[in-house]
Amino acid sequence: MGDGFTHPYVPNAAPAPRRKLLDAIGVDDVTDLYAAIPEALRVEGLLDLPPALPGEQDLRRHLEETVARNRSCTGSWLNFCGAGCAQHYVPAIVDEIVHRGELLTAYGGGTYSDHGKNQALFEFQSLMGELVGMEVVSTPTYDAGAATGSAVLMACRIGGRSRVLVPESMSADRRAQLRGFTKPFATVETVARDPGTGLVDLADLRGKVSGETAAVVIESPGYLGPIETGAAEAAAIAHEAGALLIAGVDPISLGVLAAPADWGADLVVGDLQPLGIHMYAGGGNGGFIASRDEARFVAEYPSILFSIAPAPGNAPGFGFAWSTMERTSYDTRHDATDYTGTTQWIWGIGAAVYLSLMGPDGMAELGRGIMQRACYAAERIADLPGVAVPHLAQPFFKEFTVDFSATGKTVAAINRALLEAEIHGGKDLSGEFPALGQSALYCVTELHGAAEIERLVSALGEAVR
Amino acid sequence: MSERTGTGFHAARWDEPLIDEIGGEAGRGLLPPQVDEAIADAVGDVAAALPEGVRRESPPALPALPQHRVLRHFLRLSQMSMGFDVTADMMGTCTMKYSPKVHEYVARKPAFADVHPLQDPETLQGTLEILYRFNRMMCAIAGMDAFTFQPASGAQGIYTNACLIRAWHESRGEGEQRDEIITTAFSHPADAATPAVAGFRVITLMPGEMGFAEVDALRAAVSERTAGLMLTNPEDTGQYNPHIREFVDIVHEAGGLCAYDQANGNPLLGVVRAGDTGFDMCQFNLHKTFSAPHGAIGLGCAAVGVKAHLERFLPRPIVTFDGERYGLDHEPGDGIEKIRAFLGNVHAVLKAYAWVRSLGPEGLRAVAETAVLNNNYMLHHIRQIPGVSIPWPANTWPKLEQVRYSWEPLYEETGVASHDVMNRMVDFGVQHYMESHVPMLVPQPFTLEPGESLTIEEMDHVLDALRRIAGEARDVPDTVKSAPHGAAIRPVDGDVPNDPDCWAFTARAYRRKRGNWANVKRGAGGHGGGGYG
Repeated sequence: MGDGFTHPYVPNAAPAPRRKLLDAIGVDDVTDLYAAIPEALRVEGLLDLPPALPGEQDLRRHLEETVARNRSCTGSWLNFCGAGCAQHYVPAIVDEIVHRGELLTAYGGGTYSDHGKNQALFEFQSLMGELVGMEVVSTPTYDAGAATGSAVLMACRIGGRSRVLVPESMSADRRAQLRGFTKPFATVETVARDPGTGLVDLADLRGKVSGETAAVVIESPGYLGPIETGAAEAAAIAHEAGALLIAGVDPISLGVLAAPADWGADLVVGDLQPLGIHMYAGGGNGGFIASRDEARFVAEYPSILFSIAPAPGNAPGFGFAWSTMERTSYDTRHDATDYTGTTQWIWGIGAAVYLSLMGPDGMAELGRGIMQRACYAAERIADLPGVAVPHLAQPFFKEFTVDFSATGKTVAAINRALLEAEIHGGKDLSGEFPALGQSALYCVTELHGAAEIERLVSALGEAVR
Repeated sequence: MSERTGTGFHAARWDEPLIDEIGGEAGRGLLPPQVDEAIADAVGDVAAALPEGVRRESPPALPALPQHRVLRHFLRLSQMSMGFDVTADMMGTCTMKYSPKVHEYVARKPAFADVHPLQDPETLQGTLEILYRFNRMMCAIAGMDAFTFQPASGAQGIYTNACLIRAWHESRGEGEQRDEIITTAFSHPADAATPAVAGFRVITLMPGEMGFAEVDALRAAVSERTAGLMLTNPEDTGQYNPHIREFVDIVHEAGGLCAYDQANGNPLLGVVRAGDTGFDMCQFNLHKTFSAPHGAIGLGCAAVGVKAHLERFLPRPIVTFDGERYGLDHEPGDGIEKIRAFLGNVHAVLKAYAWVRSLGPEGLRAVAETAVLNNNYMLHHIRQIPGVSIPWPANTWPKLEQVRYSWEPLYEETGVASHDVMNRMVDFGVQHYMESHVPMLVPQPFTLEPGESLTIEEMDHVLDALRRIAGEARDVPDTVKSAPHGAAIRPVDGDVPNDPDCWAFTARAYRRKRGNWANVKRGAGGHGGGGYG
């Protein structure tokens, strides 16, 4: 580096401060400070990297030109793909708060230095608790799949059992994530999907659950869309066998769908991305875990949990502290049975802002409106020649499958045609669930009114002709 | 000079209530969009038609506040937080640094933020180009052959390394036999925890008299059961183990793989490469070394790099480039199971890419050297503060990017503990420091990593604070022990969060249990939160 280097991000690399620091510590050359590193291991010369763009304007132009090569889901484009990452409206105030530098650039601060951050996370836990009907909610996990994996291992440890039943209709990615994560500790088996209803086959569940079953996972709405109207019965079946019921939910549906605690869930997991977080091509995902407030459950949470705490004595005021850290991999190290680390906390803060804005009436109205839009879109699509929506009679929230098999067209071809109309079509299920033929998973939200749905139906009509 | 603190600083103290206890008339924060008449007329109220037991009977008990009150509440909370943007944060092992604002403005553009991960790759060319180009750049930085950015944190990146080691040995029919991972006590806890979660037995090497694990200890630990070595270097102490190449060779000779956790990689950019050191794989934290914001504990991203022999095991999808167009290869092949949904935290990749582009090769080297220089400046002054000791006095090597110090002499003299000093730091307007990861082998530890962003004036402010607190410990110890005085809140009861009858993780649990607080079980103590990294 020679005599110095001037860049706004590295003030002390400039010649004058660099000299001042070297003089202060009595060292001639900064390379003397690398004395512990054997010469043979050191890089000679400079790394083979593109030349610097130190001017902010030049950098920004380059970045903006590059990201402009995306075709986003906004502007003239429409998106009907969900499948684990859904496009919802992001309120301005959520964007305002998650970009506050005091929060965005905070990290491992404590009870006193980061009190406000801590309260925001506690409020995330609290508001999610109201949605799902539970008294314990974790700080955010990586995503719903990670939350499911951790909840499954929690159930295995709580029950001292190692077999887990999950719906056959769980997404292939999530099943893979779960299988890989739980491999050393648990065996994951699937419960059949009733092809007639699209719901979990309760007879198959009854046949497969046993005294070795640690947990039954029920997703409602399921990955393929249906609301599991038999979820309470599934919970009863699990409980009879001494197993726990893990509910996978879409939190944005819980203004209109019953809290999972009310239909028998012991542990609740899900993704918080729908709650006011931009998609970021999946970077917006973040999960949560919730349960009743029982010590045997709390002891098995892998994540950091914020507890409210009073001022000592009778002094007014309160703060927030990390509870029972001996549970976590930070303390257990090689004895760990799960791990935590940096997860997706800023999105948890975003979700807390979102739920605070929406309020009870907002969540109810939003949920009602989404169900109406999705139902309307499904009915319109089902009217197209050769196109079927197989489970139109079953209640669903925002996603539903569309079967194009009878049109003679593949989903891939249809989606290519939709791109011409600036529409991102539903997820192609033909590889993931071959039994469903040429089916796609469509997602309709509050972003889609009659005009947007009309555009989709019209473009689909063209595509299948 | 603030009367309350005697330091010239006091934090914003709003005494902000829990959001559901803000008074006033019920209001609406946001109105959902109207449902078009055509839709409502066609389908009716489908939610109301849901069967009993499936339908929610009463709305969730969320706040009902007008919009500006929600904004004000969370703005006040932000003002009571000490991100790097507002304070000199030197939290050890966390590589706090400036996260350039221009990155945020690009990342929030709809063209980047409002894209779906399953869009046709033809419509994701911008994001895929960033992922692909940054992959090549990381290969140059680390001396590796391929990277994945799917893991969403350092811990998840290290876990990915453990899964890659497992897949490699399974592919050679040695999965059952090779069931041991070796790490060191001063590597991040995730280097011990995540291989355990991947099913390995973990052997931890303790430090020798120089403060790092010794070659003989490693020789004694390897066997035909050795699956791999997973460690940081420099370790959490800022000490680089000069025998690292020998470590790698010993593990390779035993048939194991070597994973370099580069969570502490900031001082090595352009100086040493994991690949040249013989490692088979590595991981960097893009939210630490590469300037993506730490996000109040996430949004993180781990860049996991591998040599060619491990490339086929990387998790899918793989970003491809045919010379013209970027694509996504989802074919599972030999890839390990999915680690994180979709493509990972791609916004962190964008920011890391932007940071490397801004600095260029000369700038990366300047970052590393300046981080080391700043740290040795701090060390030079802190070792002169009476009450501080530097562990392993036999070791006279300069430290790299951080130092684990000890307040043990101060504690023995005054009874003031490192935790007390940490709390008092907040009164000086700086983020509190990191004490130590577990195991706490150094008594009364504190760990400072100044990074490359801070000016001399900012470092001097932290040094002044440390000196003054050490003086207070002798003159007015109660001032330190009862700190903080000028923080956003007063000291809280550390036993409540650790007593099952008292802890409360939600407002609804708080309302049910706060009556128990008077009878809290004493002695459970607790961490007071934070400082883990």
